[in-house]
Amino acid sequence: MTWCEYPGAWIGLEVLQNYGCRMASGLGLTLQLVAISFGLGIAIGLGLAVLRLRGPKPVRMILHGYMTFFRGTPLLVQLFLIYYGLGSFRPFWQEVGLWWFFRDPLYCCLLAFTINTAAYQAEIFRGALQSLPYGQAEAARALGMRPFAIFLRVEMPQAMIVALRPLGNELIVMIKASALASLVTLFDLMGATRLAFARSFDLSIYLVAALIYLALVEIIRRVWDGLEMRLTRHMALR
Amino acid sequence: MQYYLDLLSFGPEGWGDELLAGALVTISIALATLPFGLALGLAIALAKRSRSWTLRTFATLYTTIFRGVPELLTLYIIYFGVQVLLQGVWSALGLPGNLEMSPFLAGMVALGVVLAAFSAEVWLGALNAIQKGQREAAAALGLTKWQAFRLVVFPQLMRVALPGLGNNWMVLLKETSLVSVITLQDTMFIATRANVVTKEPFLFFGAAALIYLFFSVISTWGFDRLEDRANRGHARAGASR
Repeated sequence: MTWCEYPGAWIGLEVLQNYGCRMASGLGLTLQLVAISFGLGIAIGLGLAVLRLRGPKPVRMILHGYMTFFRGTPLLVQLFLIYYGLGSFRPFWQEVGLWWFFRDPLYCCLLAFTINTAAYQAEIFRGALQSLPYGQAEAARALGMRPFAIFLRVEMPQAMIVALRPLGNELIVMIKASALASLVTLFDLMGATRLAFARSFDLSIYLVAALIYLALVEIIRRVWDGLEMRLTRHMALR
Repeated sequence: MQYYLDLLSFGPEGWGDELLAGALVTISIALATLPFGLALGLAIALAKRSRSWTLRTFATLYTTIFRGVPELLTLYIIYFGVQVLLQGVWSALGLPGNLEMSPFLAGMVALGVVLAAFSAEVWLGALNAIQKGQREAAAALGLTKWQAFRLVVFPQLMRVALPGLGNNWMVLLKETSLVSVITLQDTMFIATRANVVTKEPFLFFGAAALIYLFFSVISTWGFDRLEDRANRGHARAGASR
C-alpha cells in the first residue's frame, strides 16, 4: 500500500482508497495550474495595469477592450475558445511551429487561466495604483527622484498593500476556477474526482473533493491574513 | 465568408435561432436564480448578526463552505446528490418509477446557494454601514423590529449594497455557463453542440463569448443607472457644490 492509499483506508472509505493516488496527483496538477497561471498573471497584470494607466492612447484603448472581454465572458468560454477554437487552426500552427502548444490541453489551460487572471489582476493593480494620493508622486519628484525610481520605491510598495486583499481573493477564485480544467480532459483534482465517481458511483468522493478544496481555500485565507498583518505592521490599522 | 454567415443564420441550416434560444435560457436561469439567491443571502447575513449562537455558527459555516468549494463541484453534488436523496425517499415511500431532477432546477439551486454565500458578505457589509441610531430612532418611534427593518433599514441597505450586488450578478451571469455540463441547453451547450456538428469551434465559441459579453455590457450599464437612481439625493463624494 502506498502512502496515498492510507487516508482512504484509515477512514474506511473504499473509493478514496482505490482512487487516493489519482486524487493526490490531481491535487498536484491543480496546485501546479494555479501556481503557474497566478504567478504569470501577477507579472502580466502589473505590466498591463501600468500600460493601462500611463501608456499611449491606442494601447490604453486596446487594453480596455482586452480587460472588458476577459472579465465579461465566462472562463469556460475562453478555455473552449482557446482549446477547441484556436486548436482547430492546425495547419497554421504547424506552419509556425506552435502546434505542440495548442495540441496540449495542459498548455491551453495554462494560457486561458493566465490571460484570464491577468485581466482581473490588472484591474486590481490599476485600482491600487489609482488609490494613491497624487501628492506621493509629487513629493518624490520634488525630491529629485526619477520616474522609474518613484514607481518602484514610492508607488509600488504602497499600492501592493492596497492590492493584497483583492489579490488573495483572486487566488481563491483561481483555485476554484481551476476545476474547469477537468472539462478539457485534464485530470486535476476535479478530473480525478469525476473519474472516481464515474467508475464507482459513490457520491462521497465528491464530498471528499469538496473538503480538499475547502482546506486549500482556508489555508490560503489564513496565510493571507498573516501576510497582511505582517506587511501592515507599520500602519496603525489594528 | 458566406459559409460562416449561413452557419449563423436563422433557419434550418443555420444555428442563429438555436443560439438565441440558448441565450434566452442563459438569461432566464440567471434571472430565476437572482431573487432566490439574494433573499437567502440576506437571511444568512441576518443570521450572522443574530444573538443566537446556533444561527451564527450555521451562517458562518454556510458561507465558508459555499465560498470555498468550486461552483462546478457544488453543481455536481447538488445534481447527483439531491437526485440520489430524492430517489431514496421516493422509493422508501414505496412509490414506483424514477424521479428525475430537471437540470434547470438543479442549476438554479446550485447557483443560488453559491450566490447566497457571496451576497451574504455584501449584505453584511451594508448592514454594518447603517448606523445603530437608525434602529434606535425607529424603536423610539414605536416601530416593531420587523417594521424598523422593512421601513427604515432596508431602503437604505439597497443603496449601500448595490455595487456589491452588481458584482454578484456579473459573477452569476458568467457562472451560468457551467450548467451546460449538466445538459441544460444554454448558450454554452448550444455552442458545444454546434461545434460537434459543424466542426467550427472558433466561430461558435466566439459567438457564445459575444453573447455573454453583450449581457455583461448591458448589465454594467443597467447597474450604473440603478446606482445613479439609488444615489439621487446623496451628494457624490468630492463633487463640487
